[in-house]
Amino acid sequence: MFLSHIWLIPLLPALGATLMFFFGRRLQKSSVSAVCVGVVVLAFLMACGAVWQYTAWSSTAEHLHQPYQTILYTWLGTDTGHLTYATHDGTPASLQADAGFLLDPLSSIWLLFVTGVGMLIHVYSIGYMGHEGGYYRFFGYLNLFMFSMLTLVLANNYALMFVGWEGVGLCSYLLIGFYFHRKSASDAANKAFIVNRIGDAGFLLGMFFIAWYFGSLRFVDVTAAARSGHFAIGDPIITAATLLLFVGACGKSAQLPLYVWLPDAMEGPTPVSALIHAATMVTAGVYMVARSNALFVLAPKSMMVVAVVGALTAIFAASIGLVQNDIKRVLAYSTVSQLGYMFLALGVGAFAAGVFHVFTHAFFKALLFLGAGSVIHAMSGEQDIRNMGDLAGKIPTTFRTMFVATLAIAGIPGLAGFFSKDEILWQAWKYNHYLWAIGFVTALMTAFYMFRLVYLTFYSKPRMSHEVEHHVHESPKSMTWPLVVLAFFSVTAGYLGVSPSLGGSNHFEKFLEPVFANGAETVEAPPAGEEGNRGIEYLLMVLSVAAAGAGWFMASRAYGNADKGFTEPIAAAAPPVYNTLLNKYYVDEGYDYVFTGRRKLGDVRLGTMGLGEASSWFDANIVDGAVNGAGWITRLTATLSSWWDKWIIDGIGVNGPAILARMLSYPARLFEWGLVQWYALVMTAGLVGFVFYYVYH
Amino acid sequence: MYNHILSIILFTPLVGAILLLFVPKDNKEAIRWIANIFAFVGFLVSIPLVPWFWALVQRQDKAPFKFIEGAVNNWIPSIGAGYVLGIDGISFLLIMLTTLLGWVSILSSWTAIENRVKEYYIWFLVLQTGMLGVFMALDFFLFFVFWEAMLVPMYLLIGIWGGPRKLYAAIKFFLYTLAGSVLMLLGILFLYFNHHAVTGVYTFSIQELYKTAPHVPFHYAVWLFFAFFVGFAIKVPMFPFHTWLPDAHVEAPTAGSVILAGVLLKMGTYGFVRFSLPFFPQVLSNPATFLNVTVRGWMIGLSLVAIIYGALVSLMQKDMKKLVAYSSVSHLGFCTLGIFALTPLGLSGSVLQQINHGISTGALFLIVGILYERRHTREIAEYGGISNVMPVYATITMIMFLSSMGLPLLNGFVGEFTILQGTFMENWKWGAWAVPGVVLAAAYLLWLYQRVFFGTVTNPKNEKLHDLTPREVATFVPLIIMAFWIGLYPKPFFQILEQPVSQIVATVRPDYPQPKGAVNAEQQPASPASASATVVVPAAVVPKTAGGKQ
Repeated sequence: MFLSHIWLIPLLPALGATLMFFFGRRLQKSSVSAVCVGVVVLAFLMACGAVWQYTAWSSTAEHLHQPYQTILYTWLGTDTGHLTYATHDGTPASLQADAGFLLDPLSSIWLLFVTGVGMLIHVYSIGYMGHEGGYYRFFGYLNLFMFSMLTLVLANNYALMFVGWEGVGLCSYLLIGFYFHRKSASDAANKAFIVNRIGDAGFLLGMFFIAWYFGSLRFVDVTAAARSGHFAIGDPIITAATLLLFVGACGKSAQLPLYVWLPDAMEGPTPVSALIHAATMVTAGVYMVARSNALFVLAPKSMMVVAVVGALTAIFAASIGLVQNDIKRVLAYSTVSQLGYMFLALGVGAFAAGVFHVFTHAFFKALLFLGAGSVIHAMSGEQDIRNMGDLAGKIPTTFRTMFVATLAIAGIPGLAGFFSKDEILWQAWKYNHYLWAIGFVTALMTAFYMFRLVYLTFYSKPRMSHEVEHHVHESPKSMTWPLVVLAFFSVTAGYLGVSPSLGGSNHFEKFLEPVFANGAETVEAPPAGEEGNRGIEYLLMVLSVAAAGAGWFMASRAYGNADKGFTEPIAAAAPPVYNTLLNKYYVDEGYDYVFTGRRKLGDVRLGTMGLGEASSWFDANIVDGAVNGAGWITRLTATLSSWWDKWIIDGIGVNGPAILARMLSYPARLFEWGLVQWYALVMTAGLVGFVFYYVYH
Repeated sequence: MYNHILSIILFTPLVGAILLLFVPKDNKEAIRWIANIFAFVGFLVSIPLVPWFWALVQRQDKAPFKFIEGAVNNWIPSIGAGYVLGIDGISFLLIMLTTLLGWVSILSSWTAIENRVKEYYIWFLVLQTGMLGVFMALDFFLFFVFWEAMLVPMYLLIGIWGGPRKLYAAIKFFLYTLAGSVLMLLGILFLYFNHHAVTGVYTFSIQELYKTAPHVPFHYAVWLFFAFFVGFAIKVPMFPFHTWLPDAHVEAPTAGSVILAGVLLKMGTYGFVRFSLPFFPQVLSNPATFLNVTVRGWMIGLSLVAIIYGALVSLMQKDMKKLVAYSSVSHLGFCTLGIFALTPLGLSGSVLQQINHGISTGALFLIVGILYERRHTREIAEYGGISNVMPVYATITMIMFLSSMGLPLLNGFVGEFTILQGTFMENWKWGAWAVPGVVLAAAYLLWLYQRVFFGTVTNPKNEKLHDLTPREVATFVPLIIMAFWIGLYPKPFFQILEQPVSQIVATVRPDYPQPKGAVNAEQQPASPASASATVVVPAAVVPKTAGGKQ
């Protein structure tokens, strides 16, 4: 019953959002929380029920390891199939995208942690946003986000996935710009949406290549066709399609070079950063690549690109994170970096390991953000860790839970991050030692910046003003107990996927096996003897634990006793490096010069706005100039011809002969004046003349 | 009523206009009420068409045109002109759009128009009849009468009730469009005499001309194609014939802009679909090139330029209405792209996008008009922080902006997606070049939204703006409902378009792959490939739930 109604899971939060849209303004805060949190709790319960039923359903012999699909209606296209297009070999296929939902192990995992973490963050928001204006608006957007994210995860085809994909982008835009009075917030919101749209354009094109090649957008059809053996490994169209899909993933999951929006997204309220920009939405790219794993394994070049981009993003973002001072920005760069790890895993063919890291990361990164929110709450809005210090005793629950999360992300053995990160590093080593090396250095950096954050915030000397210090207080229960729950999972989630080398049986990977059926084998190097491998695996494990420990140690030495005006070790050692890192490698500035055109290079504006200015000029002067020119020429010829008509045709041609005739007739007219006296005079003169003639003749 | 439904829809506005002639011009309230009632009745009488047309679609009625009224050559038999009306799925949707937008825009004029109220509403209702006639006429003579007759009211609407540069804009609009129609008239006459030469019959009947026009030899047909092309391209407007549009839009009164963008532009795209494609298939498929590009290539190229270029110019506008006007150029580029993709997908997406554009851009002009009515300026820089003082307005604007930029689950996405897919399948590069338009649409609309609505109110003149009145909200409600309907459940629209679109493609490209019989959704999932692999759709599951809902 849960399983056949999985479409209700996204629809419940949509209902909450709709209610907020129409009635939110008139509702009490308590009713807003009741509705919006209520629907997410219901969705979570339904998700648990559905996954539970699915595991039972898919272990029956009849449906063994099959995905469950349910189709509500045909969304795009018709059922008759008359709206056809020609696929690559000329066979007709029809436009068809269902409003259809699919549950398999992969979507189960996302479904559970999205609703679970989402539920906790909703609860946390009750406390965090309690004193803010636009309470109903905030919860309405959060509900809308849950709807979009769950649609993304449960969609049974690329087009519907794209609905969720753009939907989460919209909610991200709305929530980043929640404090829309601030220019920085609305700037960040626009940046997030537009950068994501660039990725979405890639997604769209990738999707079209898939439709053109496979004649369907349904995941089951595409996966089955890709695994049918009809397509060669390295097929150029599949390579293009997967690369374009990965462009989409780069946008949504903040990978190089489209990561720039995520750090700015921290303008949004902290629960938003936790939910959207750490735990759920930004992992959509990972989900999409994992969902398309059957395609990616056919395109080794794309896999390599994914791995390299992931690794580079990991180390690039981690290095920026080393020196950032805003508590949320440190975490934002950490998120970018961890997402890089996930893509590294996907790229080397370790899909399950990548997904496992998404799963564990969701808990500890959400916890870190919520903890940061609690710290900011306690610090009366202060976000600069240089102005914090010695908070451990004053906000103990926040401190303890955040410390657990830090241990988890740093990869300290026994906690969730250790298991997932180690799996990734091990798989990377098997693929390419350099990629492992990058991941290893990143691990060291991760431990350093996380413990830097912990020491500067919770230990060291208090550096805040007395007023702020006086106000420091632990957050309300609705905010702390989600922290505790998340802390619990930050420790335990890793035990679902303990690798065999550590005596576990990796339930997580087994669970996902049907999805990645022929994923791993094709790309991984063949195992060169279990025993030798085990040795290296243990060695690498020890090394990465050592790196984590070293990072911790260095951070404690550098910041353990930091007082007001403390010096950054990197700034002391190499100021240019420090400045470059502090200014994030000047990437934003570069983009503004080259791509957006918001900054002028001298007098020249490049980028989109430069093109826009040039086009506007062209339009006003050339295109419209031609139209006005045509009008002007028409008027000129009209003036000329009216002149010609008046002076030449009418003047010389018509009036000319008339004047001539009048002039010629003048002498004759002398005799015909019509003046009676004149006639009398002439008559008299004539008479006199005649008389004289006859008299004197 | 069933047999004369088209005439009833066509002449209801005109009856209203004639009735208004007898109302004293000082009685403004009465004039407004009568005009609004007739506009609404005009919409109401078009409603029965929906179930009736739908019944024909369900029955898979094979006749290309339905609800035919009148007979060939019955009007002026001596020259072969007839009063023949008839519609197919394409014109059906455009007619419904016209009656809806006509009602909405007349409702929106209530407080905006204070001078010469009587003349305004009379001309508006006349315009409405003219536009409806264009979409219904199945006789070229009748078509041309409506096509030209509709210019005059629009010219007067811009020229009398327009902004500061109204005369320039009105004359530019009139002359530019007229220049195009003259060439089209020549084309019509050629086809008319050609028909006589072939069959010995003089007739303007479009359905008769369909039979002879495609056989005109290429070296004539290409010129004919361009004669029609110029007429339609100016109307759409396609790049580079678009510069009358921003001027006309900026100067026109709000309701005029709504109708101009919502319906008038569609007459150009409608012309392409109804005439250019079925009349001159061999021109579009001919490999002959001009400057190394085929005729079809030129059409696609101009559409792509319009998409990108319109968006870029839009981005840099300082006047809100001009920004929306240039965004129309970009959106109409998608429509023409879909048409000349010459695929069922591209064509149906294009028609759907024409409807979508009418809804979204119509709403955008209403939105600009509401601020203009309050502040009498359209300069973006004059605004900022409006969402603080007008929250309902800000929300509605956001929804319509999202619809215009093609956000899924709203109408714009369905059209754009279908067009892009249809185009991409013809040539992936065409699709790839169009996609940046989607990104730029987000950029110019969101940037506009940020500058007008976000931030704090910095201009003291904006502090006291009052939010939407119930009447103003009422103008948006039908548009928002349509936007969500098309976004969430576009299937009926596709079903209506399926038949005319397949017929056009079958005419233009007889070799285009046709579906092998009707394929039903229930049978689809069991594709041969999925049967062998480990991941199988359980056939028993899909029909159960799918069947239950449909």
